Amino acid sequence: MREFWIIFKQSFMTKAKTKSFFITTLIMVAGIFLFANLPSIIDKAGKLIGDSKEDKVLVLDQSGMLAERLQQQLKQSDEEIKVELADEPKEQLLKQVKEEDIEAFIELDLDATQTIQATYTTASLVDNYLPSALQDALQSIQTEVKAEQLSLSGEQVATLFAPIQFEKQNISDSAKSEDELNQARVLVYVLMFVIYFAVIIYSSMIATEVATEKSSRVMEILISSVSPVKHMFAKVLGIGSLGIVQIVVYGLAGFIAYKLSSMGEENELSAFFSLENLQVSTLVYAVIFFLLGYFLYATLAALLGSLVSRTEDVQQMIMPMSLLVVAAFIIAATGLGNPELGYLKIASFIPFFTPLVMFLRVGMLDLPLWEPLLSIAIMVATIIMLGWFGAKVYRGGVLMYGPSRSLKDLKKAIQLGKE
Amino acid sequence: MALQLEQVTKRFGDFTAVDQLSLMVEEGTMYGFLGANGAGKTTTFRMILGLLNTTEGSIAWNGRTISYETSPQIGYLPEERGLYPKMKVLEQLMFLGQLRGMDKVSAKSASFQWLERFEVPHYTNKKVEELSKGNQQKIQVIASLMHNPKLLILDEPFSGLDPVNVEMLKKAIVDFRNNGATILFSSHRMDHVEELCEQLSIIHHGQQLVSGKLRDVKRSFGKQNVRIRSDFPLEGMESMDGVITSHHSLEGAVFQVEDEKVANDLLQAALLKGPIRHFEIEEPSLQDIFIAKVGEEHA
Repeated sequence: MREFWIIFKQSFMTKAKTKSFFITTLIMVAGIFLFANLPSIIDKAGKLIGDSKEDKVLVLDQSGMLAERLQQQLKQSDEEIKVELADEPKEQLLKQVKEEDIEAFIELDLDATQTIQATYTTASLVDNYLPSALQDALQSIQTEVKAEQLSLSGEQVATLFAPIQFEKQNISDSAKSEDELNQARVLVYVLMFVIYFAVIIYSSMIATEVATEKSSRVMEILISSVSPVKHMFAKVLGIGSLGIVQIVVYGLAGFIAYKLSSMGEENELSAFFSLENLQVSTLVYAVIFFLLGYFLYATLAALLGSLVSRTEDVQQMIMPMSLLVVAAFIIAATGLGNPELGYLKIASFIPFFTPLVMFLRVGMLDLPLWEPLLSIAIMVATIIMLGWFGAKVYRGGVLMYGPSRSLKDLKKAIQLGKE
Repeated sequence: MALQLEQVTKRFGDFTAVDQLSLMVEEGTMYGFLGANGAGKTTTFRMILGLLNTTEGSIAWNGRTISYETSPQIGYLPEERGLYPKMKVLEQLMFLGQLRGMDKVSAKSASFQWLERFEVPHYTNKKVEELSKGNQQKIQVIASLMHNPKLLILDEPFSGLDPVNVEMLKKAIVDFRNNGATILFSSHRMDHVEELCEQLSIIHHGQQLVSGKLRDVKRSFGKQNVRIRSDFPLEGMESMDGVITSHHSLEGAVFQVEDEKVANDLLQAALLKGPIRHFEIEEPSLQDIFIAKVGEEHA
C-alpha cells in the first residue's frame, strides 16, 4: 500500500505542478467568467462601437397613405427604423442602389383588392433583419386595412387573433414540470459536456503518461519495485484525483461567476440557467456517472497506453476508445429533445454509453430507481472486468518494446504477462 | 547473500532467448556479464528481478526467489535512461528512493550526498531532460545505489560517460562491493569487466559460451602470446610443436602458443641462438577471448 501512495502522489503532484496544467486551469476559469458576463459585455461593446444607430429606409409610396402608417406601425412595435419618403423617381433610386449610394428602398402600393404590394430592392440580401421587420409591419397594416374594409371593430379583430390556451399537464407525482424539464435539459447538457471532456482529456493523459514511462524505461524500475497492477491503479486514481480537483475548481469558479454576474439577477437568461429547481439527485447522479465513466475509460486508456512504446503512437492507439466516447455523446445529444426514444433505453445499459446516456435519461425522465441502479451495477462489473483484464495486458505490455501500434498486440502482451 | 542461477532457460514461443544459463555470484563480489546486443542480457536481468518467469531452471538470491518484498534490497539500473525526462533531479531521486523503501528524510539526504559525491550538486533542481547524457547516467546510477541495496544489477552502467566519470563511477561501485554488496553487471567494454570482475560470463544468442573466474577463463582459453625480442632473426622457430601462429617483425616475433610449456621451449630454443633482449608471456585479453568465442559461434 505504501508504494501505491507514493506512485499516486507522484502522478498527481508532477502533473499538478506543471506550467501547462496551471495555465490551462487559469484560461478555463477566465473563460467561465467571460461566459457568465457575456450578455453585459456584448451590450457594452455594442454601445462602444455605436451599433445601436437607427436604421433608415427609403420608401417609394404609390398609394400615398402606406408610408405614414408604416412609420406608426414600426414605432408601435418598438423598431428603431425610420421611414423616409424618397424624392427621386424609381430609376434614380435603382441607380443609387446599384452604385451603393443607398443600401435599399421599398416600393409600396395597394392593388385593386386593397392588398399591399411591396418590393424591397437592395444590392445585397445579407441583412435579413430590416426586410423581415418591414414585412411584419406591413402584414399588420394589411390586417387593419382589410378589417376596415370588412367593417370589423378592433375588438372583433382581436378575437380573431386571440391565442388559444394550451397547457401541458403531467399527472405523475414525481414527473418534472415543463419548467423543470427545460432547466434539467440545460443542466444535463452542461454536465454531459463536462463528463465528455473530462473522460477524453484525462484518459488520454493516462495513456500518454504510461507510454512516457515506458519509452523512458522508468517503467522497468517502477515495476521491479511495485506490481504492475498496483502501478496501473495508482496511476488511474492519481490522474483521476487531479481531474476532480480541476473540475471542482471550475465548478467553484462557475458558481462565483454566476453569483457576481448579471445572471445572478432576475432576467430571462438567469431563469434559463436557474439553479433553484435543481434536483439534488441529478447532481448526485452526475458525480456517480462522472466517476464511473472516468474509471471505465481510464482503465481502458492505461491498458492501451501500455501497448505502445513511443508516445507518438498513443493517439493512434486510443483512437477507437475516443470514438466510443464520441458515439456516446452523439447518442446522448440526439436524445436531449426526446429522452424517451427506444434506442436511448438500450444504449443507457451499454457500459461505454451509460455515463452519458443513462445520465441524460435519469436527469430528464422519471425513471424507476432500478434502471439507474442496474446500469451502475453493469458499469461497476465492467470496470472490475476491465481492471482484471487490463492488469493482465499491462503486466506484459509494459515490458514489450518495438513497433506496436495495433490491437493485435493485446494477445502478445497477455502472453508476455504470463511468462 | 549469494545470487544463484541454475540451468535457467527462457523461451518466447519458438525463440530461445536464454539457454541453460548457470551462474553464481558470491556476496561481496562482482560478476561481469558480457554479450553483444540481443545476446539475452536484459532478459536475464528481468528474470532475476522477477519481471519475467523462467521457462526452466531456478533463480535464487540468498536461497529465496526475488519478489516485491525483497525489492528494497535490490538496485537496478536499466539500459539507457530510466528516468522521467520532465521531473526535476531531486524530486525524481526522492520518488525512486521512496519506492525502494526509504523514508522521505533519508531519501533527501542520500540524494544530496550522492549528488555531491558525483560532483553534480548544481543539477539538483534541473529537469532531467536538460542534462547531458553522461550526467543523466550519473543520476540514474544514484537512483540505483541510494537505498544501499544488497544486490545491484547494472545494465551497461558506463555507457555514455567520459573517462573521468567512468573512474568516478567505478570507484563508487567498487566501494559498494567492498561494503559487501553483490553486484552483477553487463557491458560491451571488456576492459571494465577485466578490471572489476572476479567472475564473468560471455553469452551469445542466449548461449553461455564462457563462464567462471577471470583467471580460469583466461587459462582455459588455451592460447597465450609469447613475445621475444632479439638482435637475430627468429625464423624457423614457428615449426616447433605447440606453436599455433607467429608474427615476425624487425625486432623479433610474437608466437601464439598452446600453453606455458611451449613458451619455455621457445625461450630455450631462442637462447641457444644467442642473447635475447626481451621475453614475455602475455595473457590473452578478454577482448581476444570474446572475439574468438563469439567469432567461432558466428562461423
